Amino acid sequence: MRIRLEPRPEPSRLAGWLSPLIAAAATLVVGFVLFSALGKDPWQAFHVFFIKPVSTLYGVGELLLKAGPLMLCAVGLSVGYRANVWNIGAEGQLTMGAIFAGGIALAFHESTSALVLPLMIVAGAAGGMAWAAIPALLRTRFNANEILVSLMLVYVATYTLSFLVHGPWRDPEGFNFPQSTMFGDAALLPNLLPETRLNAGILLPLAAVAVGWVFVSRSLAGYQMRVAGLAPAAANYVGISAPRTVWIGMLAGGACAGIAGVNEIAGPLGQLQPTASPGYGFAAIIVAFVGRLHPVGILFASLLMSLLYLGGESAQMGLALPSAVTGLFQGALLFFLLASDVFIDYRPRFGGRRRAARR
Amino acid sequence: MDQVAELLVLTLAAGTPLVFAALGELVTEKSGVLNLGVEGMMLVGAVTSFMVAATTGSPWLGVGAGMLAGAALSLVFAVLTLSLMANQVATGLALSLFGIGLSAFVGLGYVSIVIEGIAPLGVPGLSDLPLVGKLLFGHNPLVYLSLALFAAIRWFLYRTRPGLILRAVGENPQSAHAIGFPVVRIRYLAVMFGGACAGIGGAYLAVAYTPLWTEGMTAGRGWIALALVVFATWRPWRVLAGAYLFGGVTLATFQAQALGVTVPSQLLAMLPYLATIVVLAIISRDATAIRLNAPASLGRPFHPGL
Amino acid sequence: MPDPQRRTALFATAALTIAALAAALPAAAQPSPAAASATPFKVGYVYVSPIGDAGWTFQHDSGRKEMEKALGGKIVSKYVESVPEGADAERVIRELAQSGNQLIFTTSFGYMNPTLKVAKAFPKTHFEHATGYKTDANVATYNARFYEGRYLAGIVAGKMTKTNTTGYVAAFPIPEVVMGINAFARGMKSVNPKAEVKVIWVNSWYDPGRESEAANTLISQGADVVTHHTDSTAAVQAAEAKKVYAIGYHSDMSKYGPHAQLTAVTHQWGAYYTKAVQDAMAGKWKPGNTWGGIKEGMIRMAPFNPVVPKETQDLVNKVSGDIGAGKFHPFTGPLKDNDGKERLAAGKVITDADLSRMDYYVEGVQGKLPTK
Repeated sequence: MRIRLEPRPEPSRLAGWLSPLIAAAATLVVGFVLFSALGKDPWQAFHVFFIKPVSTLYGVGELLLKAGPLMLCAVGLSVGYRANVWNIGAEGQLTMGAIFAGGIALAFHESTSALVLPLMIVAGAAGGMAWAAIPALLRTRFNANEILVSLMLVYVATYTLSFLVHGPWRDPEGFNFPQSTMFGDAALLPNLLPETRLNAGILLPLAAVAVGWVFVSRSLAGYQMRVAGLAPAAANYVGISAPRTVWIGMLAGGACAGIAGVNEIAGPLGQLQPTASPGYGFAAIIVAFVGRLHPVGILFASLLMSLLYLGGESAQMGLALPSAVTGLFQGALLFFLLASDVFIDYRPRFGGRRRAARR
Repeated sequence: MDQVAELLVLTLAAGTPLVFAALGELVTEKSGVLNLGVEGMMLVGAVTSFMVAATTGSPWLGVGAGMLAGAALSLVFAVLTLSLMANQVATGLALSLFGIGLSAFVGLGYVSIVIEGIAPLGVPGLSDLPLVGKLLFGHNPLVYLSLALFAAIRWFLYRTRPGLILRAVGENPQSAHAIGFPVVRIRYLAVMFGGACAGIGGAYLAVAYTPLWTEGMTAGRGWIALALVVFATWRPWRVLAGAYLFGGVTLATFQAQALGVTVPSQLLAMLPYLATIVVLAIISRDATAIRLNAPASLGRPFHPGL
Repeated sequence: MPDPQRRTALFATAALTIAALAAALPAAAQPSPAAASATPFKVGYVYVSPIGDAGWTFQHDSGRKEMEKALGGKIVSKYVESVPEGADAERVIRELAQSGNQLIFTTSFGYMNPTLKVAKAFPKTHFEHATGYKTDANVATYNARFYEGRYLAGIVAGKMTKTNTTGYVAAFPIPEVVMGINAFARGMKSVNPKAEVKVIWVNSWYDPGRESEAANTLISQGADVVTHHTDSTAAVQAAEAKKVYAIGYHSDMSKYGPHAQLTAVTHQWGAYYTKAVQDAMAGKWKPGNTWGGIKEGMIRMAPFNPVVPKETQDLVNKVSGDIGAGKFHPFTGPLKDNDGKERLAAGKVITDADLSRMDYYVEGVQGKLPTK
């Protein structure tokens, strides 16, 4: 007997509810086996992984701080993904945003003007958009695959930042270590919650979620993007321009990722370092899909992803588990989440008659 | 002249992990599937080969095990994307994350072990011939294997009927399905072939090139392999040339440095990626060229019932 | 793509389920802190990479273990490995402080600003940051005079090279690395004026493949003794495979190059960690700036390979004794850079400040420093 998948005529609402539960159950089973095999009490391990990191106000602040860039990048990316525009270079766009904004912060180092920070945010968005415009241009003008171009540009951006902090933007007082001077106060995001590191930067991803939600469900452009993604031929027929779709999709992702870069350097980093992000741009792609490309889903997915990072650190400190276990556990959970969504659009058939279509 | 021969030998040695991984990914992509998990598969191949080599004392058994491990990991990707219709980009990235964690985890007990790796060939008499000796007979056996793999893939893709079918599947899965080809099964095989090759690429690093195991020892070569496939516009011989070029550029800058020439290293390091973008733009612009090489359905899901 | 619009975003369910299950756990699942009657002194470590079997972090962890052994059951230490330099470091350091560690060692340069920030919030906790230059009321810095060992390694290399060419695989052109190259060149020149060192920058602390390629390139250009300032054992292994000599760094790498490794410049943090923890326990801890070397036992040469002649070994031991006794400094004038410009007049000894700003190659090093 073999199990086949059959497309459902309508996406299943029930499966929509059930699929995250299935993923959670599978993760718990895997975690149970994994932690037991390592000689740890699995319940204690789950506690250390999922509860302890957010059991303090500071921990909640950290959760939001780390979820912020993931949320921003993922919301931006999802705009394109819904229209089948595959920008996977958010990491590079984030880095470019950090470079542009960092340039402003360094240029106005002595300034105490309240305009420095807004200017940095604008510059960051511009940097991200400029970087995303390259794959958009190459796709619309030369038909070059945007997945690959945006991925290549990640490396170019990373090396550019590395070059800048090793060379021209190096702190002259910093004993030749590769980092810029610390930014002035005017270039730093104000703290939101005393006793935590949570800064005003979190408002930007939340705003992005809100704007993204309006765009997706209430705007004409959002509707057109969706049509373009679902049925390119039909979109063409009703006059939705394919190049315009590409440009909107890429630029939205670039702007959001660029702002995420500003959040990092004007927030927890406070200076430019050889790397601006520990892989937020890539993790955000997974977040976007786990959140089913919907702004609200992304909000929760980014919180979960952030919790997984914090949980990994917590497991090292609380259980003396090596950091390697964390990667393994994270990967498993993501697989389950990605896999269990299949039941929304397909239903399993066990054995039974063979349909005309051969597999 | 011996210097030049030595440099060529080093270049081939540096390019070989990329040759394995990129040729495998090329076959996967030719079937229309984009697997971004190459880095993870290479690492799992590397750690498995090292563990088996350390336990059995045979690095060759290790290479075989690395190959199987790469294929096994790619099977996870195949099930998720081909049977469960998960998004290929997201799943591939998750696969890399998982592979990095998995390899670090299972390899924990092996970081301090020293093994006897696969040494470069030494054919008595022949390898010592001036100039050609080293160039023809002085490579690591796995370098010859990678060249054989290249020839086999080239022959398979362009000279055999299954190769033609594979390309047809990547080109237009709906038509291939309508004619009666088992699209999903073919894609499964292509993905697993890619995983196996990535596994050998990782094994080469762990048991031949720098015989050791440490976390993350592939240091990004899986991502470079992905770039390489595009740079090569999905043509096997260009993959080969590109791998040696990518490997050679690094070596050339090292060579220049050792001769006392200063090179702006970050700017130079970007070059391969910029070159890839330019190449991609040029080939994509020409609609016929892109249709000849790039698999049209790359990255798109296919369900026979749709 | 299936229609994402109709897939109502219910992802939260997964997270909430796991969270609810975990929250519903019996309280007994939590570790009970009241198990031990006398609360031991808690010490925390932050590592930048996995511990592995050799290299920078491995040596710090060996030091931690040595300290644990020396102080018996009076202390508990824990570590967090692979903590990226950047935004995440601050949280980890803070968590360590929050969870009651009274002395925290942050072992990479990039942790400098995060350490200082956390230290402000935890004025009663002591912090020690390795390789940095900023201190505070409760933040000390510590580092080792790696260059002293490099000078000794240079003597060995200068004596053992037959081609008068040695090779150096280096990570990034920061003063710490440049200082090591220069000390190596001076040690080499002191016994072999004709010898020169070639440097290759691999722009990575850790990439075994590239390190091996760089070492092989150096060997192909005639270097018959190679050393490295990178984190893996690849350079030593490359030398072993090519049947030339190598000098290990960070750790004793003789296991990876039994024939190749002549000696190694090793970092020894154990005694320092033991003393720092003892001081902190006794309430005598002070925020200082420790830069220890051979004298303090922070730098030690690994056992010599038997191929190193007795006289060379004796010479190295003698110079080592002189450095330890403060009778000799590797950077004693005249000191000329490799453009021939005099940097230090004869008889003068370089100041620590000038050392830590070193941005030139001395005589005996080929090429130009990349960031100049």
